[in-house]
Amino acid sequence: MTAVRQITVSVNGQTFERAVDPRLALVDFLRDQLGLTGTHIGCEQGVCGACTVLVDGTSVLSCLMLAVQADGSEVSTVEGLASGLELHPLQEAFWEKQGLQCGFCTPGMLMRAKEILDHDPDPTSETVREAIAGNLCRCTGYQFIVESILDAAERIRVGSNA
Amino acid sequence: MTQPAVREHTKTTNWVGKSIRRIEDPKFLKGKGGYIADHVLPSMLHAALVKSPYAHARITHIDVSEAQALPGVVAVITGGEAASLCDPLPDFGPDPSKHTWRLLAVDKVRYVGEGVVAVVAESRYVAEDAASLVVVDYEALPPIVDPEEALKPGSPLVHDALGSNVAYERTFTFGDVDAAFAEADHVFEDRLHWRRSGSQPIEPVGAIASYDTGTGMMTIWENSLSFTSYLFMLAGTLKIPSNKLDVHPVPAGGSFGSKLWAVKPAAIAGMLSKATGRPVQYMEDRHDALANNDHQGSDRIYRVKLGVKRDGTMTGLKLHAIEDYGAYIQFGLGHHGNALAQVTGPYRIAAVEYGLQAVLTNKNQQGAYRGFGSEVNNWMLERMVDLAARELGMDRREIRRKNFIQPDQFPYFIPTGNVYDSGDYELVLDKTLDLGRWEHWQAEKLRLRQEGRHIGLGLVSCQERSVFSATEFWFWFDKPGAPVTSMPESVTLDVDALGNITATLYSCAFWGNSPETMTAQLVAEEFDVDPASVSVVYAGTSQGLPATGPGGSRFTVMIAGAIEGASKKIKDKAFKIAAHQLEVSVEDLEWKDNGIEVKGSPGARKTLGEVAIMAHLFKHSLPDEIESGLEASQVHDHPYTTLPSNDRKDLGVFYPFMGHACHVAVVEVDPETGKVDFLDYAAVHDCGTMVNPRSLEGHIIGGTAQGIGTALHEEFVYDENGDFQSGTFLNYLIPTSMDVPEIKCGHHETPSPWTPYGIKGGGEGGRMMAPGAIFSAIDDALEPFGVRMRVLPATPERIVEAIEEAAGA
Repeated sequence: MTAVRQITVSVNGQTFERAVDPRLALVDFLRDQLGLTGTHIGCEQGVCGACTVLVDGTSVLSCLMLAVQADGSEVSTVEGLASGLELHPLQEAFWEKQGLQCGFCTPGMLMRAKEILDHDPDPTSETVREAIAGNLCRCTGYQFIVESILDAAERIRVGSNA
Repeated sequence: MTQPAVREHTKTTNWVGKSIRRIEDPKFLKGKGGYIADHVLPSMLHAALVKSPYAHARITHIDVSEAQALPGVVAVITGGEAASLCDPLPDFGPDPSKHTWRLLAVDKVRYVGEGVVAVVAESRYVAEDAASLVVVDYEALPPIVDPEEALKPGSPLVHDALGSNVAYERTFTFGDVDAAFAEADHVFEDRLHWRRSGSQPIEPVGAIASYDTGTGMMTIWENSLSFTSYLFMLAGTLKIPSNKLDVHPVPAGGSFGSKLWAVKPAAIAGMLSKATGRPVQYMEDRHDALANNDHQGSDRIYRVKLGVKRDGTMTGLKLHAIEDYGAYIQFGLGHHGNALAQVTGPYRIAAVEYGLQAVLTNKNQQGAYRGFGSEVNNWMLERMVDLAARELGMDRREIRRKNFIQPDQFPYFIPTGNVYDSGDYELVLDKTLDLGRWEHWQAEKLRLRQEGRHIGLGLVSCQERSVFSATEFWFWFDKPGAPVTSMPESVTLDVDALGNITATLYSCAFWGNSPETMTAQLVAEEFDVDPASVSVVYAGTSQGLPATGPGGSRFTVMIAGAIEGASKKIKDKAFKIAAHQLEVSVEDLEWKDNGIEVKGSPGARKTLGEVAIMAHLFKHSLPDEIESGLEASQVHDHPYTTLPSNDRKDLGVFYPFMGHACHVAVVEVDPETGKVDFLDYAAVHDCGTMVNPRSLEGHIIGGTAQGIGTALHEEFVYDENGDFQSGTFLNYLIPTSMDVPEIKCGHHETPSPWTPYGIKGGGEGGRMMAPGAIFSAIDDALEPFGVRMRVLPATPERIVEAIEEAAGA
């Protein structure tokens, strides 16, 4: 077996130094080594998007990325969205609009939604639909997710103008 | 059992009917869902399976030596060893001794993906490494793939002990079928094939088992827990006493049926924990979930005849179904019991002949999938109604109107013996036609046809049965082995010393539905508290009351009955305490605004909190007969079941709370590519009284999305060798956000006369309607080609083929 490699990764603003097996997937690193089980494993085939996290601000499928590839990067996961007890506007909007049912795709969906809104603070339902096409949800039929993301966009715009 | 008393539903409600935010959501939004894969026990091991690459083969030799030698591997268990450690899995099939289902295959594999060897290691990585080092030698046997071929004499056998590939066959008649067809001016016939798809929630099934060698207690955490009264069967599999099994539910990341009674993962984890003396997690990966989950959906070939009078009146229905169950048949014929609950749809059809052959083949077996076989019947019936309309030159709306059961005809007994409690089908149809802009699209269709575009309008009117009872699992047999009649759901309500309420649930109620929100709203309605203040917890089975779980759209109706019963017990006791304190008699008191007050004297009252603290802490201030505490449990039995007749010409009442819906789909089909695009979609559902309209709407839209997948994209494909072609989400295509249109949802509420508040179940509806509506729309779009779609899913390839065939015909 290949020797372990030392990596330094910032996750949700906190720096972690760990020795990892080179083949360890980033999602398993987050879940098993850091205890951040909010990022879920849905297919391990790079299709469902449940494991979506942001690496240096860009969404990646953490089942297809190795932990060693994240060395020196800043990773954001669902656990970093809320500020203490205060939910992120995306979380508030998903709660208000029932943008989730079983919640399993939700962390990946939230992280993808964050990336969408980081790039386009005023999207349309069409652009949101297209942008979340890589994140599968089996419960909602996506409609309330789209509504949630649009509602979050408005909350963020109102908040930043206040 | 007699018909339940009719409830008037006159009381106005404060919480039932409100779209409050869900109680469940904050933990999921924060990434703290606590799903099964998130749980870690000290010294926990991980399991992986070696699975069969063959559809049908004899296992000639297994070499585990290399796997066993890999550092980190703790145990390697072959199917043969598993068969000595464990008895066969719980099986409700026709004759389990002749189609025996085990944790791992012994001697012979019967489908691609069947487990052959289990490996347990310190990590999942090592377990999978070791699984790849196991060498299994096979002698290939001829695969049994096509169910119609499997019926022929001389076909190879899936189970030698069965002596054929037919697990069950029988033809039932309900009503005077000959007379019904004699009355018909036309008999329309067709062959319709619904091919298999499955639920595939984003989270597969998983279990953690921990066997305590000191106490002999086997504790299992799983994202599946239902039919708790039958768990003695799982204990039997694991060869432990039934009172040494304690199963705890954890939130399920979706189910849609796949987590209904999912016993194999629990048994695998349990066996491996017992074998190693350490906790073991077995978590299906996506390939396991696709190929080896025991929960593929219906796979049914119909030959149907519909008798119709010249004026469009439907008189009788004759059908023969060949159901391809796959290699085992764990739930018996329940899929057809579901169909028989509403076999004649919303129509007055006087007589039915129902023939069924349950065939075994070399495929992963069927389980539950949203609709549990009734969705297939809906699709078949609506296909036939469309056929009749086309042949008679009738409008598809009018033939339905002509045959609807009328609002004044309820309760309405259909020929099979099941009852429909209430409904207003024509009103739902009219609402849907408005919402779906039928007239507008009809005009658009004709206009766009001039431009060479193919727009189609589709329409269905379908039933959504809810709240099954036990009889549908055995009325198939003249001499059933276990003619059981219980199918309850339970709750415990505990009012603590400060008046705060905890509700304890006893099944794996959370599948992505909203059991905590439903429970909280119903408790809030009873006690005038804020639903957000109600705490909802789940008990393990060793402290548990009987619970059936949310399958069959049962949960909300059943928990409402349980909560009603438990609340009454608590209030009865609270009234006694308040009467004592206020020095009046119980008859002088009434419940008002979270407390008990003297009728006509609003100041003379005790709040629930004031009563609760007395009940908990001041025994000596209360009458002797009042015990301390303020909690009550209610086991709520199925409210309306009647037994089948001995001749099985009447199956009795077994699925009485009958929802209904109408869907209108508007599509554009590209005849060159077979691509189907949605231009509009409207769904109006009548699920009785709604508890939380927003969450119901979420189910309807989500179910419709699944129905779109079922109708157009999703199929578990087994090729002619039985090789499985759908082992990833790249070739098993569940709908993305780009495949699902905006669904316009409408509601109508016809309260059930027999349930609290008039609630009916509504968890499965969308998927039970959408396939028929979409097929109707595709046919309409391709009318110029004379196409009728008969095979589901209507993939682009099948649509193009159908156009070519019609052109050649």
